[in-house]
Amino acid sequence: MKAVKITDKVYWVGAIDWNIRDFHGYSTKQGTTYNAFLILSEKPTLIDTVKKEFYPEMMARIQSVIDPKKIKIIISNHSEMDHSGALPETVAAVQPEEVYCSDMGHVDLSAQLYPDFEMKVVKTGDKIDVGGDTISFVEARMLHWPDSMFSYLEKENILFTNDVFGMHYATSKLFDDENNEIDWLYEAEKYYANIVLPYSDIVLRFLDTVTKMGLSPKIIAPDHGFIWRKDPSKIINLYAKWAAQAPKNKAVVVYDTMWGSTQKMAEYIADGLREGGTEVKLMSMHSCHRSDVVTELLDSSGLIIGSPVLNSEIFPAMADVLCYLKGLKKKNLVGGAFGSYGWNPAPVNSLAEMLKAMKVEQVAPVVSSKFVPNAEVLQQCRQLGLTVSQKIAEKLK
Amino acid sequence: MKYTCEICGYTYDPAEGDVMHNIAAGTSFENLPADWTCPVCGVGKDQFKPAE
Repeated sequence: MKAVKITDKVYWVGAIDWNIRDFHGYSTKQGTTYNAFLILSEKPTLIDTVKKEFYPEMMARIQSVIDPKKIKIIISNHSEMDHSGALPETVAAVQPEEVYCSDMGHVDLSAQLYPDFEMKVVKTGDKIDVGGDTISFVEARMLHWPDSMFSYLEKENILFTNDVFGMHYATSKLFDDENNEIDWLYEAEKYYANIVLPYSDIVLRFLDTVTKMGLSPKIIAPDHGFIWRKDPSKIINLYAKWAAQAPKNKAVVVYDTMWGSTQKMAEYIADGLREGGTEVKLMSMHSCHRSDVVTELLDSSGLIIGSPVLNSEIFPAMADVLCYLKGLKKKNLVGGAFGSYGWNPAPVNSLAEMLKAMKVEQVAPVVSSKFVPNAEVLQQCRQLGLTVSQKIAEKLK
Repeated sequence: MKYTCEICGYTYDPAEGDVMHNIAAGTSFENLPADWTCPVCGVGKDQFKPAE
């Protein structure tokens, strides 16, 4: 296992997880990487580590350029265990002089790793001398955890951004210029939608702060996916766009079905949306993953939810995706709800409460069908799609 | 008085209220519902301290 050179003084020493397909409930069809970075300054410095089981891979990569025992400083930009899991073993093997983290990093690392080593807290604006270069720190609270922090290597002009600007994308090509946008764009959107979306306001403020600080990094090095060395502004501009959540003429219809009735209703709603001129994604929870639903929702303006009734409750897969979407707090949505029931319509009607809890503006009454939808109900479904489409068009004016 | 979340740094300003939770402008921190949570990171009122 070899390190990969980023500049003459900075190496990638992370690990590639080709096999992971479920990252805490987020489907990672293309695997991921856990990026760690080694700075060969006079005081060799390691930024972040990897998931615990990838410790041997990281150490082998470090060993390919330097004796790990020569590392003097370790920085934790993010305490989540895919970046800190290997920290205790690394500290034990390396015996660094200092381990640095943010204030909340100290709290969060302590509660996850129960470390037997000292950690020094750094704050925004603090600088450390790594011998021949300087690292300055910028706390990035809630991007995407309370502890999140950026480290900026001044002379090399590299910004290490923890999970921000990353994606779950396993690749042997570790730089932006080696990868085709068509291969990674969906993964970058998916990462934003599933990890960063609820903190979009903070993203906008933070981008503004970084600009005002005069930081204009030549290279952006996130903790997942590849390193942005040719055009870091590409991902910064994408973040600005996604964080703004500007409305687009697109809607997602998400539903599950028991005997095909709710599916039939969904298809007529989708047809109404299409007829109104709205792009529509029809997503059955039989076939789609919750993490793909939120990815499609990222650039949508409409959300219509549908469920059949089982044991006087909504369908379990719908409860799953609605709980997930509520937590991710997509803004600027209009929508509606629908579903088929046998003898108890209350669970279908309760979908209106779900919309309210998700801050989705409900623009039409809930459409429900006793068992199989008849022609009248299907017409109501088509009308629901048309109404949502019209409301989206009004918002876009 | 403004209160700051010790976890994420969000500051509750009574002059603004909290749009996300339908809290009207002019609502003091003390008068926020007991189950009110930080609109940024989701923790409860007990994690807030008076802003400096």
